[in-house]
Amino acid sequence: MIGAMLSEAWIAMGANRLRTFLTMLGMMIGVGAVILMLAIGQGAQYLVDQSIASMGSNLFIVLSGSSTSGGIRMGSGAAPTLTVADAQAIAELPSVAAVAPNAPGTAQLVYGSNNWSTQVVGTLPSYLEVRDWELAAGYPFTDSDVRSATRVALLGQTVVKNLFGDEDPVGKTIRIKQSPYQVVGVLAMKGQSLDGRDQDDTVLIPVTTAQRKLFGTQFQGTVRYMMAQAVSAEAMPVAERAITQLLRQRHRVKEGAENDFTVRNLTALANTAAETTRVMSLMLGAIASISLLVGGIGIMNIMLVSVTERTREIGIRIAIGARSRDILLQFLLEAIIISIAGCLVGVGLGIGGAVLVNQITGTAVVITMSSVIMAFMVAAAVGVFFGFYPARKAARLEPIEALRYQ
Amino acid sequence: MEGEPIIRISGLGKDYLTAAGSVPALQDISLAIYPGEFVAIMGPSGSGKSTFMNLLGCLDVPSGGAYSLNGTDVRTLDRDQLAQLRNAVIGFVFQGFNLLPRANLIDNVALPLVYAGVGKADRVRRAQEMLDKVGLGKYGASRPNQISGGQQQRVAIARALINRPRLILADEPTGNLDTRTSQEIMSLFTALNRDEGITVILVTHEADIASYASRLVRFIDGHLAHDGAVDHEMHGSVGAASSPRKGDGTSVRGEDAAPTAASPRNPR
Ligand SMILES: Nc1ncnc2c1ncn2[C@@H]1O[C@H](COP(=O)(O)OP(=O)(O)O)[C@@H](O)[C@H]1O
Ligand SMILES: [Mg+2]
Repeated sequence: MIGAMLSEAWIAMGANRLRTFLTMLGMMIGVGAVILMLAIGQGAQYLVDQSIASMGSNLFIVLSGSSTSGGIRMGSGAAPTLTVADAQAIAELPSVAAVAPNAPGTAQLVYGSNNWSTQVVGTLPSYLEVRDWELAAGYPFTDSDVRSATRVALLGQTVVKNLFGDEDPVGKTIRIKQSPYQVVGVLAMKGQSLDGRDQDDTVLIPVTTAQRKLFGTQFQGTVRYMMAQAVSAEAMPVAERAITQLLRQRHRVKEGAENDFTVRNLTALANTAAETTRVMSLMLGAIASISLLVGGIGIMNIMLVSVTERTREIGIRIAIGARSRDILLQFLLEAIIISIAGCLVGVGLGIGGAVLVNQITGTAVVITMSSVIMAFMVAAAVGVFFGFYPARKAARLEPIEALRYQ
Repeated sequence: MEGEPIIRISGLGKDYLTAAGSVPALQDISLAIYPGEFVAIMGPSGSGKSTFMNLLGCLDVPSGGAYSLNGTDVRTLDRDQLAQLRNAVIGFVFQGFNLLPRANLIDNVALPLVYAGVGKADRVRRAQEMLDKVGLGKYGASRPNQISGGQQQRVAIARALINRPRLILADEPTGNLDTRTSQEIMSLFTALNRDEGITVILVTHEADIASYASRLVRFIDGHLAHDGAVDHEMHGSVGAASSPRKGDGTSVRGEDAAPTAASPRNPR
């Protein structure tokens, strides 16, 4: 029975190829759009998830200046209030696992005939721990390097590529702002940060070296900001309170007065970013689904025309013994075949489109099996949903009326 | 009279609802038709012949009266049960052939078997047999529009026969055919009636077509105007007899009464 119906559906669809194709086209475009949009959305989400993973976990960023009086003032007149000693005190808190003060600046690097301008960050060895950052080669600088402010450096991958090419940088000497620094290690690849910066385009040096020898600051011993890692996700609220309290105490902030620093929960910010991307990705999919809906309506439209055109045929079938469900199934099957065939091509179109977008614009795309399966199921459901009404209309025809139809 | 009638009708009526109100197309028809009969239905245009056939074929529902087909009161059956009854008991032959234009002849002939739940291999085999029987065995892969009208009607007959019906209902089956082809088709009906005992009821407005039958029913203005054995000299006596009683003694089976397609009594 189903076999006969399939071949009848095939014949019926073949009888008006152009129309069948145009009907399928709606489905193809709909499914293709959904797949493409999901691929782009998931690509964005993948990037965000990657950056979050590369950021380090359970992180706070502590900035100089208050957040309540017109944003955070960084180096723009307001005195930096955070010190390395603050960082070391915070590190003693039981809810805090590690703290890394950051004294960043831009500097020109030279090796041989190559030079490269990049961000140089003065920090402590704990920085690697806070950021969950491995070394690809060499060793980190040590606390004694910090104590004696030696000229040693850890290079990010982008810096290595631009200064050294294929050469092994470990043990070599580079010049930062004319002064020689020995490369002791190379940082592992991190990729993009949440705000799209290349995290590998960086150099780490001891914070003391940065403060005293490289940048020199009018406020001795201060840092722009620091990163603190809580011992666990659960400990984050406790850590935030403890850090705030400690710093107020250390900075002698009076009861009721504003903080002269800002503690931000980076992990929460990252999660918000991830959530935003997820919502955006969903919205892309939802917007694309509208074209699926339009495709479905196209199927319904054509099936209604088809039922009307074939009224007499339906009458003949009913006269010689077709039951309602036989007719229903026949037309439903046709709608489902059209939508599934359209969907198959649409999946191809969507994947092809995603690859094209990736090649042309470099936008990250991720095609998952689940998005393909989902598009497929939705298409089948669209076929059933929009095919049902016309099929039922056919199944409910009165034999005598249908046979009289001209 | 042998056994139960295949068709028993009493007080059957059909009103059509139109914009101008209710139009009585058939009124108070009562008759019985027995297995193996060959009945011709005649009457002027608009006298209710097609309406009657549609009721017999369970394609339309009567406005009143009782009808039992093959021992079943059709009023008790729902739509799908009626479909199955038609599929199992009736073979339809229409004036306009009513073949599926896109399907080939094998598929056209096999269609009733699809709805009877017969498997594909069996369907094709039996459809081929039927096409052979009506002399179109070679054309199985053709489409209806590739063969002549007479051939199409043969295909329709093959389709009507394929599920071994007890009853064939044919509404002006020769209406669109020339005389010679009409005779061929009528010979086919006669053979089916004579050799296989299939009950044949056919509508015609041509006396020479009706003369193939053994019993003649005549409608006038929705009334049963005549019901009796076919009078082979009836050309002059149209509508003379008027016995709207049940088929009393008019059921002729076989023998001399059956006007087998022997003599050339067609004046055309
Ligand atoms: N579907 C219909 N709606 C309204 N009136 C109809 C319909 N079918 C037939 N009639 C009317 O019923 C009467 C009988 O028609 P019909 O059975 O087709 O006659 P015949 O087949 O003998 O020519 C006619 O008066 C015709 O106009
Ligand atoms: Mg008629």
